[in-house]
Amino acid sequence: MAILKKQFVNPELPDRLFRVLTAGAAWLAMLLLVGLVGQLFYCAMPAVRRFGFRFLVASEWDPVNNIYGALPAVTGTLVTTAIAIVIAVPISFIVAMYLVESAPHWLSVPISHTLDLLAAIPSIIYGMWGLFVFVPFMQTYIQPLLADRLGLKHLAFFGPEYNGFGFLTAGIILALMILPFICAVMRDVFRLVPNVLRESAFGAGATHWEVTYDIALKYGARGLLGAVFLGLGRAVGETMAILFVIGNVQNLPRSLFGSGTTIAATLANNFGEAEGILKSSLFELGLILLLTALGIQVLAQLWLNRIRKQMGEQ
Amino acid sequence: MLNLNADEIKISTRHLNFYYGKHQALFDNNLDILTNCVTAVIGPSGCGKSTYLRCLNRIFELYRDQRTEGEIIIDGRNILDKTVDVLELRRKIGMIFQKPTPFPMSVFDNVAYGLKLHFRLSRKEVGERVEKALIGASLWDEVKDKLKRNGMALSGGQQQRLCIARAIAAEPEILLMDEPTSAVDPVGTLKIEDLIEELKTRFTLVIVTHNMQQAARVSDYTAFFYQGQIVEYNRTQKIFTSPDRKQTEDYITGRFG
Amino acid sequence: MKRRGMFFRKALNFTVKLWSIFFVALAVTIIAWVLFTVFRSGLKAFSWTFFTESTKPYGIPDGGIGNALLGTLFITAGAVIIGVPPGILGGIYLSEFAQGRKRGNIIRFSANVMMGIPSILCGLFIYALLVYTTKHFSGLAGSAALAIIMFPVVLRTTEDMLQMVPDSLRESALALGTPRWRATFSVICRAAKSGLITGVLLAVARVGGETAPLLFTALWSDDWPFRFFTEPTANLTVTINEYATNSPFDVMHTRAWGAALVISIAILALNIFCRLAFKDKKGI
Repeated sequence: MAILKKQFVNPELPDRLFRVLTAGAAWLAMLLLVGLVGQLFYCAMPAVRRFGFRFLVASEWDPVNNIYGALPAVTGTLVTTAIAIVIAVPISFIVAMYLVESAPHWLSVPISHTLDLLAAIPSIIYGMWGLFVFVPFMQTYIQPLLADRLGLKHLAFFGPEYNGFGFLTAGIILALMILPFICAVMRDVFRLVPNVLRESAFGAGATHWEVTYDIALKYGARGLLGAVFLGLGRAVGETMAILFVIGNVQNLPRSLFGSGTTIAATLANNFGEAEGILKSSLFELGLILLLTALGIQVLAQLWLNRIRKQMGEQ
Repeated sequence: MLNLNADEIKISTRHLNFYYGKHQALFDNNLDILTNCVTAVIGPSGCGKSTYLRCLNRIFELYRDQRTEGEIIIDGRNILDKTVDVLELRRKIGMIFQKPTPFPMSVFDNVAYGLKLHFRLSRKEVGERVEKALIGASLWDEVKDKLKRNGMALSGGQQQRLCIARAIAAEPEILLMDEPTSAVDPVGTLKIEDLIEELKTRFTLVIVTHNMQQAARVSDYTAFFYQGQIVEYNRTQKIFTSPDRKQTEDYITGRFG
Repeated sequence: MKRRGMFFRKALNFTVKLWSIFFVALAVTIIAWVLFTVFRSGLKAFSWTFFTESTKPYGIPDGGIGNALLGTLFITAGAVIIGVPPGILGGIYLSEFAQGRKRGNIIRFSANVMMGIPSILCGLFIYALLVYTTKHFSGLAGSAALAIIMFPVVLRTTEDMLQMVPDSLRESALALGTPRWRATFSVICRAAKSGLITGVLLAVARVGGETAPLLFTALWSDDWPFRFFTEPTANLTVTINEYATNSPFDVMHTRAWGAALVISIAILALNIFCRLAFKDKKGI
């Protein structure tokens, strides 16, 4: 029987099937990506038709009259992301640098492992901690310090009123969330610096800082930039770390202490009960977020690919 | 053994032991290196010759678990003493590594690097000294039109001479070379060997090599290390023609190692 | 020649070192603060009934998170069932058939980009695809949303793990006349088995704590999750979200902390397990 079967069934057929099956699964990556963009675009069409270009520059969010604009959410996203990057990147850099270049072994190993674990902690934990612990802390200590003691309330972007919530708080929580991630990537970049290069600089009589700044930083500059990109990609679409502490009102950011919203937070808050044109508007917001995130990712990946290729050639 | 004029001794180790954690790599090392001579350190892999070199500029201190006992006296001072300024020590002692280590910057900046670390100079002076160092490393003619290019874009042999230029630009007194030609093609090797011949008029050179012909060609004195011990130390000519010890003879005639 | 002062250089070096230590200490403090809060507040909620009883509507003081715990398990298991097989198959394609080819690079690139898509958008996508069309929120939709997040992760780790299998093993299996598909599953995948399992576990750890994609798909519920395919399904993270933000009751906040602690422990444990068990595997 078995012999008969072998004569009639093309022996290559199962292999060909196998290949087609695996190829189909692999192309799913591309298909899903295209599908995602297409689906969101399709669902956003009613809002696109209704509001047109105005959607991007309008700041109303009026469910009563059904007029919606993306500006508060978009600017809110930009502001929180910017705050998070400004805080997280330098700290990540200095911590990663210290861990690889000059920390004693007994300190760098456990902290390095902790970093990897922290990058895995769900963002809702950070959000919750932000809501119950950090918002009161901001309200009673940090914001009075910044606004009154340091007198920053007279500046344009530090509003006189504060309640703990708002852009600054959200940005800090977001920074906290992306910090372990950026730090881990930067640490790996610093580790790539060949030891002999480092020794050679020390051999020339450089201090630890000089070796890091002149040699390691220049050698890994492009990789470090890649790490910033990846962190940016995480920050821009993060929902749960921000949702609880941003305040969730459709306001343009006027003050760092003011409440506002981001694209992701707007989606999380309104999508569940939304109907009709509101739902479509939310899809359009989602589309904006998707295109932004895709842009960042494509740039980051192209950049990292280029570095990998160049590193490979050396 | 060898009788050396005490006035001409630049570096001497006294009862130097070296440990990688629990593993001892140098045993009671006593070696006198003469000023303005090329001293070659030869021996099979793992004999401690590189370790010896890495003690002299205290580069081993970058790693935990690596430690020394004993003394290394350079110009009359024990440099293992904690009061010795390690940055100044490393300016005085240039080091060339097995693999060329151009820094990720232009040819010019590479050479200017050590110089700028230690000296306060005007732009013009820096330019002059870089040129002088590149001439000193017989690289000037090859790179004078590409000073702005990245140092990593040079050929292997050129990169190694760039590193030599970088080392001599900081006005050291001693140059340590750890198998400087092992990653360089034959033509490049020849150029570097010629260069070593010139450099010894200005510097004290210690060169680690596992290429015995090279040691015979370039050095005035040769030390043969084996398993962390100095088996024999003498004039190069003597070592390669009539060594005192059987082990040395076996090694240089290729019977082991 | 004029020497540069050592003092300034050393002072700068020292200052930088001091700042580094300060920032490391700051980061460690804040992180310890977060973890401490989660543990302290979460442990208060722990009791037998916390794990066995289901969540109750607002205003009823007792109740647990048993249904949410079970629901999260169901949803995550569903995500594994939906997302892992295509991930592994696709990884096989990348590793075995598409090395060094342009199409491989395109797929790899897409997968890398996909990994960076905000998770809330996967929820939006599945909402439009599964919830809107069927008019039902369901645990299944939640699984599908998480599966979309898992898929590229599994795809890439599978490729990396299979690439570590030496070519000689591949060749010797094929030289025996084994068909390609059989050689792949019985020899290559078996050789990379521990790596593949780690990849899947890490992907599980990654989606297990996701909230945003479940908000519009699985939603949440006070019932036990036995109508997984047609009804909103209880799960830990959305429950935390509800209890923390929409509830004025302290007891519910405490329960949210308890749920947060459960999730944190589960995810940390998974990560630690993977790292310890497969420490020598590269790429993790």
